[in-house]
Amino acid sequence: MNIIVCVKQVPDTNEVKIDPVKGTLIREGVPSIINPDDRNALEEALRIKDSMEDVKVTVVSMGPPQAEVALVEAIAMGADEAILLTDRAVAGSDTWATSTALSAVIKYIGDFDIIFCGRQAIDGDTAQVGPQIAEHLGIPQITYVEELKIQGNKVVAKRALEDGYFLVEAEMPVLLTAVKELNEPRYPSIKGIFEGFKGDKVKMVSAKDVNCDMDNVGLDGSPTNVIKSFTPPTKSRDLEMLEGTPAEQARKLIVRLREENLV
Amino acid sequence: MGFELTREQEMVRDVMRKFAENEVKPIAAEIDESGRFPMENVKKMARYNMLGIPFPVEYGGAGGDDLSYVIAVEELSKVCASTGVILSAHTSLACWPIYHFGTEEQKQKYLVPLAKGEKLGAFGLTESNAGTDAAAQQTTAVLDGDNYILNGTKIFITNGGQADVYIIFAMTDKSKGHRGISAFIVEKDFPGFSIGKIEDKMGIRASATAELIFDDCVVPKENLLGKEGEGFKIAMATLDGGRIGIAAQALGIAEGAFEETVKYVKEREQFGRPLAKFQGLQWMIADMATAIEAAKLLVYKAAICKQKGLPYSKEAAMAKLYASQTAMDVTTKCVQLHGGYGFTKDYPVERMMRDAKITEIYEGTSQVQQMVIAANILR
Repeated sequence: MNIIVCVKQVPDTNEVKIDPVKGTLIREGVPSIINPDDRNALEEALRIKDSMEDVKVTVVSMGPPQAEVALVEAIAMGADEAILLTDRAVAGSDTWATSTALSAVIKYIGDFDIIFCGRQAIDGDTAQVGPQIAEHLGIPQITYVEELKIQGNKVVAKRALEDGYFLVEAEMPVLLTAVKELNEPRYPSIKGIFEGFKGDKVKMVSAKDVNCDMDNVGLDGSPTNVIKSFTPPTKSRDLEMLEGTPAEQARKLIVRLREENLV
Repeated sequence: MGFELTREQEMVRDVMRKFAENEVKPIAAEIDESGRFPMENVKKMARYNMLGIPFPVEYGGAGGDDLSYVIAVEELSKVCASTGVILSAHTSLACWPIYHFGTEEQKQKYLVPLAKGEKLGAFGLTESNAGTDAAAQQTTAVLDGDNYILNGTKIFITNGGQADVYIIFAMTDKSKGHRGISAFIVEKDFPGFSIGKIEDKMGIRASATAELIFDDCVVPKENLLGKEGEGFKIAMATLDGGRIGIAAQALGIAEGAFEETVKYVKEREQFGRPLAKFQGLQWMIADMATAIEAAKLLVYKAAICKQKGLPYSKEAAMAKLYASQTAMDVTTKCVQLHGGYGFTKDYPVERMMRDAKITEIYEGTSQVQQMVIAANILR
């Protein structure tokens, strides 16, 4: 079985500080990490590899050359191979262009049974790239996977909803997106770190190498444009906790609603 | 001369830091209080090859370097000095002498499972009358056919009772003084080997410290490490490296207490402003930060010397002398800056202060480090 896991290197938003004057993110000195949901996707792929014979896990990413570190980390966690698409031509890609480029890398790899993505990246929060890849490749997708079973040539997934779940079955090949409830990701192994940096396990490719549709990648190939980034003003709400027994609280609530002329 | 970590070392640091925060810190106070050996975390460390960091992959290790190992001990010790010394004693005192002095058969049989973390190691040199005067060994080993028969008692042995493999020193020829000492690899199940008293300690309470009793203990001849009479040399060489591990532990303790204290002085208010706004306390913070940085440079330098195959005996002694003194000094000041709260178990700094003291004592007291440093300079 071949599993491809898409990961993104993102700034650790826990460490990001806001410039109090400009209101923008201070990115200098902020450590880069594997996007947390992507780490869950990778962990699930590695668990499948641990539990079955002949499973190969390939990690795919798009980003600047420094993103190699994220792929080495994925190797150190147990992935077999990693491919980084790094090319000026794909810089500035929006989700459409990114999914176009990643789909090209996946087609370049060829064989796959499962494509695993994280639900969304903590720096953009769009949750679009995974589903778009499935559309580019014409395969089924199950998003927000919080539990997964492999049954023959099918996957059975619990798809998390706000107040419940769907039990969804799909034939492979399939694209899945992981939520953090799916598992507790392992640490990279120390041996894997030294092997990952040493070996030829991380392969760098250009847009040409993977036959990217050049009209649909990069800034020019991106249909979305960011006009302005801003923090919406938070709506302040007065919260009043009512105390006492349920009956007393209900009485107080009616009194308060009457006071406010709401009933 | 560069001061930057390699990409590998940086990632090791990040992983160790995350592991320490998530797995070790949450139980640090509990295992200190109860004196419980954290075997569950030793097993987790084994899973991620943390128990064989500086040894080649073909011997079960992680294929890493000495500085990465030092960083691992440092990061663990920031949150739990007991866990730090479990790793240090296992790696420096048990794995290393087999790697350096062992035969190929001994490496395959003992180093591979130790470095993989399938087994835990310990080192037995100290006796009740042979502490700093380590050459005054009273444990004896007598060759009898295919076996050595060991008799005697070791005390204060780190990982004692928890370890599977012990490097044990004993007199094979009393007439030759320290040249009559030999080293042996002893398995916990060898007949005649038992564990005696478990020490109840002031600090590093979750690290096992035990008495080892050898009563006609039968050790196969092929478990002699090095040659007969090379034991003292092996012990001293091993301790040179071990000191870098303890120096890293001391550094970690100081850093851990300091980080807690920086957080505290920013939050705690007296006279209407945070402690951090009082200049007298700022000076203490500045001095502590400077001492920690100096200790770190000494410890890292000693590790790099060892890694590069340069002499490191003096460097290791300096690193341990200074880092342990810094640990004691910094943790004492950190308790002071926490005031009454620092004296309670609600804050970790009192534990760190208790843990710091041992770093000035074991693997050579501070006075021994001074002897080693002076002997290197005045020879």
